[in-house]
Amino acid sequence: MQQDQARPAPQETTYREAVRAAIRDAMQRDERVFLMGEDVGRYGGCYAVSKGLLAEFGPKRIRDTPLSESGFTGAGIGAAMAGMRPIVEVMTVNFSLLALDQILNNAASIRSMSGNQFGVPLVIRMATGAGRQLAAQHSHSLEGWYAHIPGIKVLAPATLEDARGMLWTALEDPDPVLIFENIMLYNMSGPLAADAGPVDIDKAAIRRAGRDISLITYGGSLFKTLEAATQLAAEGVEAEVVDLRSLRPLDDETIVASVRKTRRAVVIDEGWRSGSLAAEICMRLVEQAFFDLDAPLARVCSEEVPIPYPSHLEQAAIPQAKKIVAAAKRVLGREG
Amino acid sequence: MAEFRMPSLGADMEAGTLVEWMVKPSDKVKRGDIVAVVETQKGAIEIEIFETGVIEKILVDIGTKVPVGTPLATLRTKVEAEAGVKEPAAPEAPAIMPPPVPKPAEAPPIAAALPEVSPLPGRLRASPAARQLAQAHGLDPTTITGSGAGGAIVLKDVEARLASMPSPPPKKPVIGLDLGAMRAAIAAAMARSKREIPHYYLQHQVDVTGCEAWLAERNAARPPQSRLLLGALAAKAVASALRRFPAFNGFWQNGKFEAAPAVHLGMAIAIRGGGLAAPAIHDADRLSCDELMAAMRDLVQRMRFGRIRSSEIADATITVSSLGERGVEALFGIIYPPQVAIVGFGKVVTRPWVVEGIIQPRSILTVTLSGDHRVSDGHAGALFLVEIDRLLQEPEKL
Repeated sequence: MQQDQARPAPQETTYREAVRAAIRDAMQRDERVFLMGEDVGRYGGCYAVSKGLLAEFGPKRIRDTPLSESGFTGAGIGAAMAGMRPIVEVMTVNFSLLALDQILNNAASIRSMSGNQFGVPLVIRMATGAGRQLAAQHSHSLEGWYAHIPGIKVLAPATLEDARGMLWTALEDPDPVLIFENIMLYNMSGPLAADAGPVDIDKAAIRRAGRDISLITYGGSLFKTLEAATQLAAEGVEAEVVDLRSLRPLDDETIVASVRKTRRAVVIDEGWRSGSLAAEICMRLVEQAFFDLDAPLARVCSEEVPIPYPSHLEQAAIPQAKKIVAAAKRVLGREG
Repeated sequence: MAEFRMPSLGADMEAGTLVEWMVKPSDKVKRGDIVAVVETQKGAIEIEIFETGVIEKILVDIGTKVPVGTPLATLRTKVEAEAGVKEPAAPEAPAIMPPPVPKPAEAPPIAAALPEVSPLPGRLRASPAARQLAQAHGLDPTTITGSGAGGAIVLKDVEARLASMPSPPPKKPVIGLDLGAMRAAIAAAMARSKREIPHYYLQHQVDVTGCEAWLAERNAARPPQSRLLLGALAAKAVASALRRFPAFNGFWQNGKFEAAPAVHLGMAIAIRGGGLAAPAIHDADRLSCDELMAAMRDLVQRMRFGRIRSSEIADATITVSSLGERGVEALFGIIYPPQVAIVGFGKVVTRPWVVEGIIQPRSILTVTLSGDHRVSDGHAGALFLVEIDRLLQEPEKL
């Protein structure tokens, strides 16, 4: 109780500010940490995450790079191998494909290929997701592809606490960690404890408890899913919302325990359905909880199209609360 | 619109009384669903529906007796239900009309984008959890009406059935044994056995004249309550024979046979009023004949007063069924799953028998074996019965 009283009052914070606070905290804690990427310095970051950091830390630690994802990601890998703790920012996940060779063939593989002689303690942050009318080359959710790769960790902070807390834990990891920030979350604001700090990066979290159905999601879809759970509650359905937080490794224990309790699941994933992370989660549920299931598993994913530019089509292409409610009701046998 | 009518359940049936509705308006039904219970001269009968659709209106109340053919309910058939939203067909179009402009295909609602997989005919649509619970209680899931998506049987349907099972209203207080529930359990277990277990049957006649003489001598000085009976020798012979034939002692579970490490002999005991149970005598092969006899007496006593321990009910590894003096010559038992064999003893009859070339009156006991062909074959079964015969020829060694 006394500890609670001693804690400073929570402060209204945006997700963007929480990420910035995390970067600043890491820079202050460890002089080996530096940030590099396109427009992170003078421009303050494409999504204004690093605004003000150049003035505070100077151009050696807040480094603008050319438009050369493969080049600067490779530089980050080299720096990490040589003892630094780089944070590489890639503007969007679509652009990260230019650096995929570096991420997969170098960052993820070097520890294994060198017989454990070299590690790559690198953090790569990137924006992901649709909703800002940035069209197909800037709006996809490819984090599920990265979750396929052994040798890296893949995180999807959805809450202010995770946006604030995952970075430092990721920097302490001896291997590469990719952090996916959904673009629709940057403006989200809410109270964040003034002393918020590092959080674990290997556990899923139950964001809402329920007994009738598990809604399993992550990142930008979390709040749509919570909204769906509220709508379902109005119809007498108690949905449990599981926030994956870590996409690789997946926290099977928490996911399976939730579904063994509720016996039904819908996975909400902004990636495309075919070959998706949602497919992987459903398969794990079949492998580990088959005899507990009381209904077919279901998914709400993005439509299998390049994310459209027009707002109404863009919104129609990605998971929405309405679709989640409909899928949950289908699973529960409560259609129409 | 279709009508669901009072069916004729036999040429002599003129009317039936509706005693229960299992559906209510707006419920979806499919061909084969049980929708009502009707009382006839033959008892309460569950009535299936033969059309798929949505129940629209219930026309006959519970307790009403109506003639065969009376509409009991109306239902919207599937085609109507799907077309329901559309306008009724327009009056015929004039002959000369421009060909209708094909409408752009309407986009399917996004939430239903996945194709519905229709169930395979004859394949039960039940969730894994529902199947497991039904199996654990020996329930036949095909008798359960599903309420899940697409009419699938889900957990709560099985739970509802279980909750309703021991509930033919408690007409009289049941002391010790609930024969109604016991009958339901027998029905479930025996139906499952005949459905799942490929039985084979063997029969063998054993000359027990020697046993009877040995028993007479042994019992001469004993009071009636401690006399040894042939049934105990027979049970002991089975238990001892199982040591050499472990393929008849154990369980078929999860698709394979597991031999049991001990012999827990299930003794089929008839209960007055029409019940049957087969509680186990533990480690029967290690008991002497007298101990076995005492255990059998104790079990029968307690069974009739309904004081059987759950362990005794649950863990028999094989069953022995004896008809005794008031029975007939032979019985062919139904295996009690998950066991894999049942041995039957008929009543002892006196028969002309050829012994060492001379026809003599001898006491003959017919022993039968019902075996699970997934686990054992007739050849092994025959050797097992012959071993029981051999053991009964030397009762003093049992």
